[in-house]
Amino acid sequence: MSKFVSALNNEAYAGGIADVREIGLQGMITLRGDLSSAAVKSAATSVASLSMPEAGQASTDGQHGLCWMSPDELLVLCPHDAVAANLEKMGQSLGDAHALYVDVSDARAVFELSGPHAREVLAKLVPVDLSPAAFTSGMFRRSRMAQIPAAFWLHAPDTFRIVTFRSNAQYAFDLLKVAAQPGSEVGYF
Amino acid sequence: MLILTCPCCGVTGEETEFHAGGEAHLKRFGPGSSEDQFEEYLFMRENPKGVHFERWRHVNGCGKWFHAARNTMTLEVYGTYSAQTHTPPQDLRDRISEKVPGWSWREFQ
Repeated sequence: MSKFVSALNNEAYAGGIADVREIGLQGMITLRGDLSSAAVKSAATSVASLSMPEAGQASTDGQHGLCWMSPDELLVLCPHDAVAANLEKMGQSLGDAHALYVDVSDARAVFELSGPHAREVLAKLVPVDLSPAAFTSGMFRRSRMAQIPAAFWLHAPDTFRIVTFRSNAQYAFDLLKVAAQPGSEVGYF
Repeated sequence: MLILTCPCCGVTGEETEFHAGGEAHLKRFGPGSSEDQFEEYLFMRENPKGVHFERWRHVNGCGKWFHAARNTMTLEVYGTYSAQTHTPPQDLRDRISEKVPGWSWREFQ
């Protein structure tokens, strides 16, 4: 059995105005299909026991989550070691329905950005309104972070989870580190 | 800077989250067409000062294609609409007419 390692092996940065860390292994399953169909809905909820998210939303709970990626795509989050079992479960509940589900855990990297200045740090990097009034808990946004695609949501108050492609992991980490360097508070929010 | 609203996922984002995909509503001519038609399809593009219709892709978001109507001079975005259509919707054309009376673009006005 091979040993799974995440892109940056839980690398962390704590010296700045917000803490940045790669959260390590996170199970991720892409589910594509007609999100309004009963089969796809039950396949998603069967593995996460969370409610289906509205457009642009994510329902998350710890390592579990259902994130709305696009009108026909859902990102299912689960513990890394439960992916194989969950894929099987999803296959059973999908039956003959026209849908696609695939393990993408090792194609992505997940970061956590936390601290009272987390909003400011992320707002330096993404073209999204991150004011507390505009970006609220439960929202899920795919956008770009400087030059790379990224998706993020508020995992807890002042704590973002950010998903990027694994090949961009080092770039994303360095980017967050620079944006969070000491003395770089903006004081906007 | 253009502010576009993706009609597929409803996200309003700025230009760099999207990618322009060239002129909208091109009619494709392939094998069996005349040389003039093929030339028209391949090379002849509008280059208006004013109302323009384009294809855009929400490349750093939901990944879907859509259409956008905008003004090349003022950079005003009149609206966005589904990619699955051959013509701009009438309500959008009415809205443009209110702002730019007498506009025309290819066969649309």
